[in-house]
Amino acid sequence: MQRHVLSVLVENEPGVLSRVVGLFSGRGFNIDSLNVAPALEEGVSHMTITTYGDSMILEQIMKHLHKIVSVIKVTDFADTLAVEREMMFVKVQAEGPMRGEILRTVEIFRCKVVDVSSNEMTIEATGDHDKLEAIISLLQRFGIKELARTGSVAMRRSKKAD
Amino acid sequence: MECTGAQILLESLKREGVDVLFGYPGGAVIDIYDELPRHPEIRHVLVRHEQGAVHAADGYARASGKVGICLVTSGPGATNTVTGIATAYSDSIPLVVVTGQVPTRLIGNDAFQEVDIVGITRPCTKHNFLVKDVSKLALTIRQAFYLARSGRPGPVLVDLPKDVVQARAEFVWPEDIYMRSYNPTYKPNLNQLRRTVEELTQARRPVLLSGGGVIMSNAADEVAALARRLHIPVACTLMGLGGFPATDPLSLGMVGMHGAYAANLAINNADLLVCAGARFDDRVTGKLAAFAPKARIVHIDIDPTSIRKNVEVHVPVVGDCKLALAGIMEICEARLAGRDWAAEHAEWVRAVTEWKRSKPLGYQKSENSIKPQQVVEALRELTRGDAIIATEVGQHQMWAAQFYSFTKPRTLLTSGGLGTMGYGFPAAIGAQFALPDKMVITVAGDASLQMNIQELATAVAYNLPVKVVILNNRHLGMVRQWQELFYNHNYSSTNMEAQPDFVKLAEAYGAEGYRIEKPADLLPELEKALATPKPAFIDVVVEREENVYPIVPAGAALDEMLLV
Repeated sequence: MQRHVLSVLVENEPGVLSRVVGLFSGRGFNIDSLNVAPALEEGVSHMTITTYGDSMILEQIMKHLHKIVSVIKVTDFADTLAVEREMMFVKVQAEGPMRGEILRTVEIFRCKVVDVSSNEMTIEATGDHDKLEAIISLLQRFGIKELARTGSVAMRRSKKAD
Repeated sequence: MECTGAQILLESLKREGVDVLFGYPGGAVIDIYDELPRHPEIRHVLVRHEQGAVHAADGYARASGKVGICLVTSGPGATNTVTGIATAYSDSIPLVVVTGQVPTRLIGNDAFQEVDIVGITRPCTKHNFLVKDVSKLALTIRQAFYLARSGRPGPVLVDLPKDVVQARAEFVWPEDIYMRSYNPTYKPNLNQLRRTVEELTQARRPVLLSGGGVIMSNAADEVAALARRLHIPVACTLMGLGGFPATDPLSLGMVGMHGAYAANLAINNADLLVCAGARFDDRVTGKLAAFAPKARIVHIDIDPTSIRKNVEVHVPVVGDCKLALAGIMEICEARLAGRDWAAEHAEWVRAVTEWKRSKPLGYQKSENSIKPQQVVEALRELTRGDAIIATEVGQHQMWAAQFYSFTKPRTLLTSGGLGTMGYGFPAAIGAQFALPDKMVITVAGDASLQMNIQELATAVAYNLPVKVVILNNRHLGMVRQWQELFYNHNYSSTNMEAQPDFVKLAEAYGAEGYRIEKPADLLPELEKALATPKPAFIDVVVEREENVYPIVPAGAALDEMLLV
């Protein structure tokens, strides 16, 4: 079961999200995260879907996405060089001596504190999947009160000249 | 000139070549019905239930190869189409279903007769549309027909709010149609065809498996040409029956759960399986791990999602069956013209012919009761195999498939994928509209027929000579058979003894009714009944506990058939 990041360009029309999500639920495929936003071209939306599956399942997911009439293009970034980032907010318990340690962690991961109160801090973090998982696991011991993640977005890397 | 949405809709249907429209009026579509009499080129068929309209459009499409179309109102009218739409989706039948909708300002308001039919049908249509702007109506109808009939065909639903139907716009007909996000592959990759030919030259025990895609792409001639030239035995799926003549010496018959002994055995002994237009449904494969265990598999399908969905494929060929089979034949002729295919496959053809001879489809005749298989054989004899046979779903469906020996495409109309009881009778009505000069017969079970029996009023109203032959065992026969074989004779809720007098019922509707009870009466009475120009129910009282054989128990391998 490999993790795959799929980039899906769709016609921006009513119901298109439901068509894509319905495909995953109807056929028992997994969605780990899903991000939708307008693409460069007007009238087109860009979905980034992270999913898990073996090669046969992935092949079916790709083909079924293609089959949806409103889907323009599907790319699997698993076998291409791509940059991938996700953003999240983490609200942690931050009292007394803990505050300094939290700030040090924030610094190491190049995160930002975007909101603070007498007993809580909200941290903004950006990174790939593994980095965010690492931040979460480090912050866990302070007590995470809330977590909001955007889901991954990804883009193919430019070809290097040889 | 400005037209109303209703005028634009009907003008668009005319441009798409629609001659028959199956429908049922209601509040949300009353403006379309108001306009309809001014379009005499479109014949409206008033059914008695919206499900009947969709099945009729489906039967029309299967029999004619054209797109079937129906028109219903919002809310319950729309939800009543869902089973019909799912039936067509399962079997890849091109339909355009136009549903009325409440006015756009009321959508989402829980208005009277409002239902989110676009949401409901999203997973069982090829695509669907909600038209919010009358100026997009003509384009939407054009796209709906294009989507329905192209690529892997399927049902497309167009939801039309009442205010859009009433609004006015210029009628602009888009002659050319292009959708950047939809571009089906017809022409197969030449390399894949070459690889297929390579497989064919290596194979000692090849089998061609012909499915519904062969019927849809009108590829029966190509199947026959390839099979006869290369001496390859042909098995058909239920949806593929008629794609290769059952009477041909190379025909193995139907494959699968109720498939012929020779067909199932051939598949499980083949070293090459060339599958054209079939999707390896579980009723075809039986236990997947034991399906065609010795075979390399070539899979030709226009829908890439069918390939490698549940069976490992060695040579995938994405494209139209007709083009692919013709292409394979062309390569064989160009490169291997001198090859003696008959000699190559002689041993294999001899083996499968021996399986056919040793275990043909059969049943025990009785002096006291009519056997259902016997009725299908009598029908075949009386119609010389030239009728359009629509079936309901269950035992009678399998007996029709096994014993009618279909020889031509588009002569069997049956709900193969979804297994919809209540399909056959309205489908026959639709087929009769498509082919008024053909004899159209529904082979029905007594239980299935009662699911859309109201359409007899439609048949009478339009004076259609449709015949319904009821194989009446007063049981929900297929479920009863499973209870007998696999559930310790626990006959829970399968006794259907309480049933109408089908003869009187037919007469009450203004049709004719016949009852046949004795084996000796079967042929003459059936002949008499088939000769009437009126619609008729022919109630044939058959052996109550006859079972369909062979049967591959669910989850067993194809060669683990129960033969009797």
